[in-house]
Amino acid sequence: MNKKKIYSTWFLVPALTIFIVFFLTPMALSLFFSLTVWDFNGFTFCGIENFIMFFEEKSLRIGIRNSIVYAVLTCVFKLGISFFIALFLTSKIKTKTIQRSIVFFPNLVSTVAVGITFTALMHPSKGLFNKCLTAIGLPGVDWLVNPDLALFSVIGVEVWKGLSIATVIFIAGIQSIDKTYYEAAVVDGANFWQRVRNITIPLSRSAMNSIILLSFIGGLRGFDLIWSMTGGGPGFATDVMASIIYKQYLSGFYGLSTAGNVIMLVVIMLIAFPLQKFLLSREVD
Amino acid sequence: MSRKSRIRLLIGDVVGMVACFALFVVPFIFMLVNALKDRKAANRLSLAWPENPQWSNFVEVLEAGNYQILTAFKNSTILTVGGVLCLVICGSMAGYVLQRRSDRVTKAANALIMTGLMIPAAILPTIWVLQTLHLYKTMTGMILVETALQIPFTVMLYRGFISSIPVELEEAAVIDGCTPGNLFRTIVFPLLKPVTSTLVILNAVTIFNDFTNPLYFLPGKDNITVQVTLFHFMGQFSSSYNLLFADVLLITVPMLIVFLIFNNKIVDGMVAGSVKG
Repeated sequence: MNKKKIYSTWFLVPALTIFIVFFLTPMALSLFFSLTVWDFNGFTFCGIENFIMFFEEKSLRIGIRNSIVYAVLTCVFKLGISFFIALFLTSKIKTKTIQRSIVFFPNLVSTVAVGITFTALMHPSKGLFNKCLTAIGLPGVDWLVNPDLALFSVIGVEVWKGLSIATVIFIAGIQSIDKTYYEAAVVDGANFWQRVRNITIPLSRSAMNSIILLSFIGGLRGFDLIWSMTGGGPGFATDVMASIIYKQYLSGFYGLSTAGNVIMLVVIMLIAFPLQKFLLSREVD
Repeated sequence: MSRKSRIRLLIGDVVGMVACFALFVVPFIFMLVNALKDRKAANRLSLAWPENPQWSNFVEVLEAGNYQILTAFKNSTILTVGGVLCLVICGSMAGYVLQRRSDRVTKAANALIMTGLMIPAAILPTIWVLQTLHLYKTMTGMILVETALQIPFTVMLYRGFISSIPVELEEAAVIDGCTPGNLFRTIVFPLLKPVTSTLVILNAVTIFNDFTNPLYFLPGKDNITVQVTLFHFMGQFSSSYNLLFADVLLITVPMLIVFLIFNNKIVDGMVAGSVKG
């Protein structure tokens, strides 16, 4: 049978057209426009000046560092915490269905709404977090006001919101593990933690890899939570690559903004692609 | 089950529920109670129950900026429905051919589309492309951009699901004289219902909650979407938390309804999708 005739190439055309025109073309163009000073009506070529500026200006450079810190920390915490939640929610407890739903719900709430709520909870004098701290005799914390702390406060909220998806993926991974492994381990006298270490962790590695990649890349691209909680402030303390791209766009520096986009692309390619290769090579079948 | 392990499970239940409540439910209660307080009480940002619920907060939010939020809901609905339709149609067709055929064309197409899972969108050049095509600041343009951004994930899930459908059905249909178009429309597509419903929900949530892209590609009052209004309200109502939270609540309600109706389906679908993906 002629496969090309039944599964006609025409079926690919709509998806490919939209993807090429609205995703790949802009990406290719960004490589060019990042070398220019431009607006939507014209451009002047300026070489790699935008990139030099990006690395020389402290307020721009900090974005690259913050994005990497943000991506690494959110990824590590999401992975660690969601593993234990998933472990807990795949055990024999009775209320696991309802608990799964509750854990999943933050995933449906918009990031901006989460940002607003947590900004209020982290209010320096009136916020619930600080009230709880003072109630047990601890001094309040300037969650979003202290420049050294603000990024970590946002990271905490990002972890809170991202746990849901990571947990669901982990639950799927853990549930797909063949039960006979556990039974055999019990017969051999392995205790709970030994079973977790020697069966659950290695056999849910593909779920783990999905979570690492998803949250790492998501973290490098992160924008809306940071923008709705701090707007990059105080000062430039929580500026990440994506928020710098937006700020430069607002101030009309389109070349710089596009250069920021290209840097983000390069950072992702330099870190995420090798990471993916490494993770896939360690996956067991 | 021994008595000891039963007690341990019970403790697990209690601890789990308390932790869930403190971590995930309290923030939503916080939104709710503050949305119902008057301005002065809400600005205290406490978790106390409102003394006399101010339902008028919601009316005030609806009326703000000349019923801006209603326009926003209309726009977000068009965007979400349009985007999801586009994604289901284009994504299922592409995923189908990419799974069934394995030659140079499909391999290249697959590799191309999958780059979209990792690479970030180049924003300003996208605006340039939209402007060149006269689609900037239009709903059509925005729908196409959302489609382009979500197509890799959609195609991946469809491709994974189609691999579980036996190919014999299609062979039989072709022998009976079915054309490729009819074959897909009447036989294959109906079989994709489980993954389609998961994708409809996931993509609808993503597009409805999208803030960044409408911020860039749909500026202007007439094109405003709900997430962008929420962001504007944050500046506008910074001293009246009651209205701000009433707005947050109004915008969360559609998702809450989706959640209550499709709760199990979402989680099951995600589980199925992520195993295959």
